[in-house]
Amino acid sequence: MDEQQWEQRVTGALAFMRRRLTGEYDIDEIGYDEDLTRNLVAPPLRLLYEKWFNVQLRGLEHVPSDGAALIVANHSGVIPLDGAMLTLGLMDHHPARRALRMLAGDLVFQTPFIGELARKAGFTLACPPDAERLLRSGELVGVFPEGYKGIGKNHHDRYRLQRFGRGGFVASALRTGAPIIPCSIVGAEEIYPMVADAKPIARLLGLPYFPITPMFPWLGPLGLIPLPSRWIIEFGAPIEPQAQEHADPDDPLALLNITDQVRETIQATLYRLLTERGSAFGAPKA
Amino acid sequence: MPKVVLVTGVGRPIGARLVAKLATESDIERIIAVDMAPVAGALPDKAQFFRADIRSPAIARLLKTEKVDTVAHINVTGVPDKAGRRAANKELNVIGTMQLLAACQRAPHVKKIVLRSSTAIYGSSQRDPALFTEETEAASEILGYGKDTADVESYVRGFSRRRPDAQVTVLRLANVLAPDLHTPFGQYFCLPAVPTILGFDPRLQFLHLDDALEVFQRAVREDHPGIFNVAGSGVVLLSQAIRRAGRVPLPSLRFTAPLLAQLSGIELSAEQVQLLTYGRVVDTTKLRDTFGYTPTFSSRQTFDDFVRGRDLSSVLSPDNIAAVERALRSQLLGQKHG
Repeated sequence: MDEQQWEQRVTGALAFMRRRLTGEYDIDEIGYDEDLTRNLVAPPLRLLYEKWFNVQLRGLEHVPSDGAALIVANHSGVIPLDGAMLTLGLMDHHPARRALRMLAGDLVFQTPFIGELARKAGFTLACPPDAERLLRSGELVGVFPEGYKGIGKNHHDRYRLQRFGRGGFVASALRTGAPIIPCSIVGAEEIYPMVADAKPIARLLGLPYFPITPMFPWLGPLGLIPLPSRWIIEFGAPIEPQAQEHADPDDPLALLNITDQVRETIQATLYRLLTERGSAFGAPKA
Repeated sequence: MPKVVLVTGVGRPIGARLVAKLATESDIERIIAVDMAPVAGALPDKAQFFRADIRSPAIARLLKTEKVDTVAHINVTGVPDKAGRRAANKELNVIGTMQLLAACQRAPHVKKIVLRSSTAIYGSSQRDPALFTEETEAASEILGYGKDTADVESYVRGFSRRRPDAQVTVLRLANVLAPDLHTPFGQYFCLPAVPTILGFDPRLQFLHLDDALEVFQRAVREDHPGIFNVAGSGVVLLSQAIRRAGRVPLPSLRFTAPLLAQLSGIELSAEQVQLLTYGRVVDTTKLRDTFGYTPTFSSRQTFDDFVRGRDLSSVLSPDNIAAVERALRSQLLGQKHG
């Protein structure tokens, strides 16, 4: 690092600290703190993204540079690093450096520290009013319709999509006219291979699942280190829900039809990406 | 256009200032100012003070004899007049409003009611959407003052059904702050170390007293029936507010935070602890569209104005922090950059 770079870094870091200590920064109504996200949250995640998981990001051309869109992805990995990597990928590599606004379950916002950080990173509650508010204001919104069923599934069910909720995300896209961008994430399933779910402990702690992996909880905090699997995140061609037949946000059958279409697109892409990736660990397939 | 306006709760600063503001309207002939407590300052000439309890039959007589056409019911408040008087305050809020509305219902001259309500009616929890609109149902159990406002608003709905000829405007105010207004929530930010809930940093909104009064005045003068959220635009994080006030946060557990506040003589109600955990932000689009008025102070400006007015000798002042930044910078980069 040359002297000029060092000077820039020191100046930037000190100015950041001053802004935080004097409260001189802006957040949006939903709680997105761009200053904090870009300067404090993103750098350690960037190390994971670039050095540890070596994420390949594909199909960025399908993500619009402005205006609303709903990114729908598969969810896995016990700890939602897939959401973090997806957000960071778009922030660092999309030409418009778009901020992805993730939707998350209420458990996230109820948990100390995690809930606080999630709000500041731009997350909000997965509910129609919030999804539609963000889409109406032209934001890029991300959702994992599988929810806890997806992230907390057993390792032998890996890459098998769970039920996509009741299609609430399709209704929100229909009401706001936003396109749905299917997104398939390969690699997150292997970071914490969950071999069992200790349900009694989960109930005791009020959690949706309690993971037992080959490393956790046996190795204590060391068991929290994610395995260095190889990741591919691929965006597919947008699906315009309005263009479908019988596209009515209040018709459950129509919603289920579109939901299935999105789900099948992601499932098919996952199988293709898995073949392309080859082994989950080690050097990329030649 | 209203001619005779009855204002409740004039013993408190917000009611007294509303009377003064309404007195500037040339069309308003008389203002009947009511409270149990005496008014601190002098009232304008148009205004006449009646020392009365809104729960007493005197109000019904007053409405008839004075031919009151508009009632501004300001005396719904989350701030008890004395510490520890929560039960008495609830009684005044809920039973007081019930009696007042019953009196209004029987007074044929009354054509409009403007009610002070609060955004506390939405409660605060992890299951709520990021912004509350006037239609949002509270997802959590509503506590304390929030419950009072829910009760009060239910009586108002009952009144509307029985008196369809009368207009009702319900104003749900966010936390009101002003340099010269003393509220427990304001005093909370004046503690040198402000107790917060560990692991939570709620989004807060503030409403400047000047804006609150302006909206009340417009609601009295113009016709805007319905329910409206009233808050300064934008949001302030609790941690941000504490920093801007030059205070230091003191993170503590949910049950110890009120005890810590109590050590400094400030009562944090269960409802406020809930607010300090999950925060609350309301959507004010309806107010802006219908009243054609956007509060002049944003939430952040409201807070800054409050801090300036308090003249808080800051524990961590921006000047000192900037000085430390300069010193560190010259140390790390060597003298030539200093």
